[in-house]
Amino acid sequence: MAEKKKGIREISPIDVYKLLPRTNCGECDVPNCMAFATRVVNGEAVIDGCPPILDLRYKDSYDRLRELLAPPVKAITFGALRTATIGGKYVLQRHEFTYQFPPPIAIDISDDIDPTSIKARVHEIAGFSYGYIGRTLTLDAVAVRSVTGDAQRFGSAVKQVVESTDLPLILCSHDPEVIKAGLEAVGCKRPLIYAATKENWREMADLAVRYDCPVVASAPGDITLLRSLVRTLQACGITEIVLDPGTFGDEGLAGTVYSFTAIRKAACRDGDPLFGLPIIATPIAVWTGQELGEDQNRWQEAYTASILMTRYADLLIMHSLEGWTVLPQLIWRFGLYTDPRKPVSVDPGMRIFGTPGPDAPVLITSNYALTFFTVESDIKSAKLDCYLIVVETGGLSVEAAVAGRYLNAEKIAEALRESGIEQKVNHKYVILPGLAARLSGETEEASGWRIMVGPRDSSGIGKLIREHWPPKEDR
Amino acid sequence: MTDKPDLSGLLRLLGPGIAELLAGREIILENVQLDLAELQLTIPVGGSPVILPGYPVTGSQPSPANASGMASGIDRSRWPAELLEEPFTPVTDTYPARIREVTLGATKGEGGSRGRNITVGGARAPPFTDPCVHHVHPPVIAMDVFDTPFPMPRALKSHLTEVIDDPAAWARMNVEKYGADMVTVHLLSTDPLIKDASPKEAAKTVEDVLQAVDVPIIIGGCGDPKKDAETFIEIAEMADGERLLLNSVTADMADAKTLEPVAKAADKHGHCILAFTGLDLNSAKELNRRLYQFFPADRILNDLTTVALGYGLEYSFTIHERARIAGLMGDAELQHPTISAATNAWSAREAWMDLGPRFGSPDFRGPIWETIGSLTLLLAGVDLFLMMHPLAVSTMRDVSSRLITEGTAKAAEASWVNARI
Repeated sequence: MAEKKKGIREISPIDVYKLLPRTNCGECDVPNCMAFATRVVNGEAVIDGCPPILDLRYKDSYDRLRELLAPPVKAITFGALRTATIGGKYVLQRHEFTYQFPPPIAIDISDDIDPTSIKARVHEIAGFSYGYIGRTLTLDAVAVRSVTGDAQRFGSAVKQVVESTDLPLILCSHDPEVIKAGLEAVGCKRPLIYAATKENWREMADLAVRYDCPVVASAPGDITLLRSLVRTLQACGITEIVLDPGTFGDEGLAGTVYSFTAIRKAACRDGDPLFGLPIIATPIAVWTGQELGEDQNRWQEAYTASILMTRYADLLIMHSLEGWTVLPQLIWRFGLYTDPRKPVSVDPGMRIFGTPGPDAPVLITSNYALTFFTVESDIKSAKLDCYLIVVETGGLSVEAAVAGRYLNAEKIAEALRESGIEQKVNHKYVILPGLAARLSGETEEASGWRIMVGPRDSSGIGKLIREHWPPKEDR
Repeated sequence: MTDKPDLSGLLRLLGPGIAELLAGREIILENVQLDLAELQLTIPVGGSPVILPGYPVTGSQPSPANASGMASGIDRSRWPAELLEEPFTPVTDTYPARIREVTLGATKGEGGSRGRNITVGGARAPPFTDPCVHHVHPPVIAMDVFDTPFPMPRALKSHLTEVIDDPAAWARMNVEKYGADMVTVHLLSTDPLIKDASPKEAAKTVEDVLQAVDVPIIIGGCGDPKKDAETFIEIAEMADGERLLLNSVTADMADAKTLEPVAKAADKHGHCILAFTGLDLNSAKELNRRLYQFFPADRILNDLTTVALGYGLEYSFTIHERARIAGLMGDAELQHPTISAATNAWSAREAWMDLGPRFGSPDFRGPIWETIGSLTLLLAGVDLFLMMHPLAVSTMRDVSSRLITEGTAKAAEASWVNARI
């Protein structure tokens, strides 16, 4: 038996370097092959970032590198014009190595609604977006469900969806005839098939092969059956399989978390090929639980989704499109999938926005990365011309830094002095974050600058400047 | 459907007092329909899907993608005739060490006046990773009380109007109405930059709270290393034997030379200490080491910093996961139970700001923000949560109780697939 494959943390730059062309050509934008190898094992570069190795004469090395660096959880892509890639995970815990491929969130559409309503819901899904520290967070896929059980009806619903959006699709039914109608309607868009079960695996396997689509193996609440299904589908020559161990609300929540964890542990720690596959979570399942009001269901769906995103879900299907249920998922996904080695702080010092003149406002903030990015994106979206002085607060937010004395009058005075802002503006007013308002008096004394207290949340900066800048003399 | 919805399930889910909250009697709900008489019922469409054993494989049309005759290329003769059985034996991880147990609050028999004490910690594995590893002590929820009003989002303030100026009444409401396991009294008034209330005044507030409720109490300072020391020492003496949790001591106190007197007073009067550090395990270990010189390790809790969802929750999540694993692997300086100031969720603008109709009312968005932040850190191993919104509190209690007692999920096909919802 072959020796156990090295985990991503066990691969050294030398392992990678040995397989690179070793020409130090620099085409990858780092000076030499060793530096590139280091970037690769740190997850900062991919093998395909080395142009020469894509040449045919290096094919053998390339394949061996792909094998060496292949994640224990297979990455699977569905969709055509717009695609979604799921899985591709290397590790159990986030601090070991950056989580790859943020889980797409698919919203369901049922086939029992009329074409206009389908279009409207698709439009709503595709149009959902939220601006967050300079990024746009969006939803990623549509799950069409066969509620009627009617193949023709399903086919036409799928057709409606395909005509309205490029988003990747998941076709949901346990009836192979229904799925087949969906596959026919979808054209060559390569949807994900949900799902092969104990009863229908043979027919679903056939469809998956025939239409070259990835397929979900579904065995809610029965992890042994799930494993058997995977083995069986693999025996049919299918490699692109997504695992559905079942998502349960109510009394089944603990079991859901345990099975997601057991599967991911088996893959990342023991190199289990049967479970080295992406996991689908279906928080939509809470809608079939106890008969509750819509808001209670949304509430339950929201926290179930976030729990499972934290616990290894690689793809989620949700029903609620309410902003308050979806927004926390999008923001948590963004955070969870950032590089954990990314510094918590940004460099202190002066930042210039737009083209500030001598009468431009001067603002103060902390050097906690997320505070800075938030303030930065608020200043940009308000299109302000201004100076922002980033004070060294040990990477703490304004509130924590004020409480812990990391942000104090002396620090602010020093930062103002060192920035050289005095030479840039013809006034001596500085805008302090509202959460640091209590430092106003001391800061005026220590720095000689007049303090204008800003909003408690930087979203109010634009309004403050519009309404109160320049400051009235002799306040 | 004309059947009335079964409210017992809803109440179990949301806890007493919450259905009322949700029904809009106590908070204003915008863009939300919650008339209980008009609840939309979920009607799962039953029955198993139609399975066609004789599904004609050869008669299918190849898809456009495979029009070149892929279908005929499938070699089904090698396909298994039956499902291939494949067992699964999950591996139970064992860890060489465990998290310390710390008991908060002392009953009359133990030298205090609490109705019961509460023990946190004791974990032998990361939480909810293995059904065979029993969760030793359930997660504990302490609800906040502030002795001085400060700007608060409407969704938080709305249920506090009656008690906002009376810490004792506020504490009583937290315990009696919302079932808080513990109460935190934040003595903001002592802040030299706010009211600079004297340690004696602060001790009086704490005394009132101790009389109003009989749950274990957490004492929150103002963050000033000198003033907090004076306040904590005064209160430690006043509440001799109550096993309070002093929230918190910091590296700043060590710099200000107030750490030792606070620790010694806490030790002498039988209290516990919360050591606070900002998202850095080395600082956390260092502060713990300093404390060990004057204070018993089995009465120390750690606050590694809770950042709001959207403002860096992932940093808090990861640092708690790392700390817990390191502690279980044997790092004695990280074997302290941890707390999360989950109320910090509300510092995120997404929790309270009006973002337009598309993003719903902050009356839901705020509490779900606090809920998701707490649940995320529950998964990372946090033992004690300082919380504020009743809806977040009841959800935390409900979810954590379901997570620690593994319920039964009946194996079945996924019924959401064809449900009318």
